[in-house]
Amino acid sequence: MVPAALLGIAVLAWILWEVIARGSAALTPAFFTQAPTPPGVEGGGLANAIVGTLVLTAIATGIGTPIGVLAGVFLAEFGTKSRIATAVRFTTNLLMGTPSIIIGIFVYALLVLPVGHFSGWAGAVALAIIIIPVVLRTTEDMLSLVPDELRESALALGAPRWRATLGVVFRAAKTGLVTGVLLAVARVSGETAPLLFTALNSYYWPETINEPTANLTVTIFNYAMSPYADWQEKAWGASLLITVGVLFVGVLSRFVLDRRKKTSWQT
Amino acid sequence: MMQAENASAPPERASAVTKPPSDVARERGVTAEDPSTLPAKVKVRNLNFWYGNAQALFENDIDIPAYRVTAIIGPSGCGKSTHIRVYNRIYELYRTHRAEGSVELDGQNILSPSVNLIELRKRVGMIFQRPTPFPMTIFDNIAYGLKLHYHVPRSELEDRVEDALKRGALWDEVADKLDEPATALSGGQQQRLCIARAIAVEPELLLMDEPCSAIDPVATAKIEDLIETLRDNYTVVLVTHNMQQAARVSDFTAFFFKGWIVEFNATTEIFTNPREKRTEDYITGRFG
Repeated sequence: MVPAALLGIAVLAWILWEVIARGSAALTPAFFTQAPTPPGVEGGGLANAIVGTLVLTAIATGIGTPIGVLAGVFLAEFGTKSRIATAVRFTTNLLMGTPSIIIGIFVYALLVLPVGHFSGWAGAVALAIIIIPVVLRTTEDMLSLVPDELRESALALGAPRWRATLGVVFRAAKTGLVTGVLLAVARVSGETAPLLFTALNSYYWPETINEPTANLTVTIFNYAMSPYADWQEKAWGASLLITVGVLFVGVLSRFVLDRRKKTSWQT
Repeated sequence: MMQAENASAPPERASAVTKPPSDVARERGVTAEDPSTLPAKVKVRNLNFWYGNAQALFENDIDIPAYRVTAIIGPSGCGKSTHIRVYNRIYELYRTHRAEGSVELDGQNILSPSVNLIELRKRVGMIFQRPTPFPMTIFDNIAYGLKLHYHVPRSELEDRVEDALKRGALWDEVADKLDEPATALSGGQQQRLCIARAIAVEPELLLMDEPCSAIDPVATAKIEDLIETLRDNYTVVLVTHNMQQAARVSDFTAFFFKGWIVEFNATTEIFTNPREKRTEDYITGRFG
């Protein structure tokens, strides 16, 4: 058991080491501030892809979080054991296990084919579909941890159900809910497959997300397979950036969870 | 659990706990009233209750006298909590729970579907077994119920919060830390906070569901003293598994067994002169 655990840690350390060793050289100021140069021309950066990824993730979170939270509230507070809740739970599990490339193809058929071109919107929707089940499940789990006595106390004071849910139950589960969203963000910020058929990629600044939109993951995919050493190095740089970003969000969510232990209702 | 509590109890309480409840009741020296001669705050008639298909209450009839403390005692699972959870219809949170019969609060059947639940719960407050401070400041905990039912300016809100905390016998301990999270208080303080929170909305009837079962004996003593003072302004129904507590603080006691109300009478009568064999067996510790 211990050797297996060590092996797991070793692989993770190795990945980190490789990404840092090969990628850190690419992270120049230009990398963060300039758009790419044509192949063969030295310099340039991936600022457009960084912005693109941030925008796509933000829109996806904006679409996916409310749907996921509302559905989670329904399951935990209102539907609980009803037939529709059971169906939603089952579907959510399936959706969580669906390979992300299939979600990409689905959104391609839904939002790309009808309009005839790739777009950032389609990419954001694909990411949102990945976010929904993650947020839904954590929301339900976190709300289920809130003891019934707390709900009853609020209702017993004469609070309508919605005020008890928003003012007391949500507050008690607040940090858990935030953690769920952070985990979902971390999950999608590294996704490539759902963007391949939707947002695609672009060498230009994302002035509108109605067109193919630059993003880091597809850029890594393209650049890493290119014959240019400069592009390959930038792909490593982008990999490092995403790794650090996901790690940061992960640590942030741990931090939030730790704080929960100190301030939560359950003592 | 009980043993540990006894060990750390203050001397007079410790002796009270080891003493038979009949002596405790006798020593209080309260003249026994006949509950049927007093005006009833709650009139329960033929109340039956089901958890899904399992019936938990059978044909409960009881008149809870106004401005008195009525204790409900009985072995675990006998329907004590179930019974009072009908009075504010809190059981309706769970779809499989079902009550039939009539429960009249000042003459109005609260089981009627036309009853406004929010209005009902403003009139009927409830304290739970475990303290349930909301995850917010001490001030906001008390203000929560107030804001639900009264639209008052901030200054009046502050006055009312202070008043509620005073009546909850907690003001002196929290006056200088109203902005601190209520969850930081001790268990006993949290429970008094919950009582103050319930009192703040000016209820007429206070339901207490084993309010002392999760807190230490010193805190229990404080809450019992508090219940003593509540009698003047509220009708209190206290569910307790602790017979000494019932003997110490209540005017009337109902003995529940397997969902039936076996006997209801003045507390001194119940503990010194029970009419039913099952009541006697229970209070003398022959089962339970």
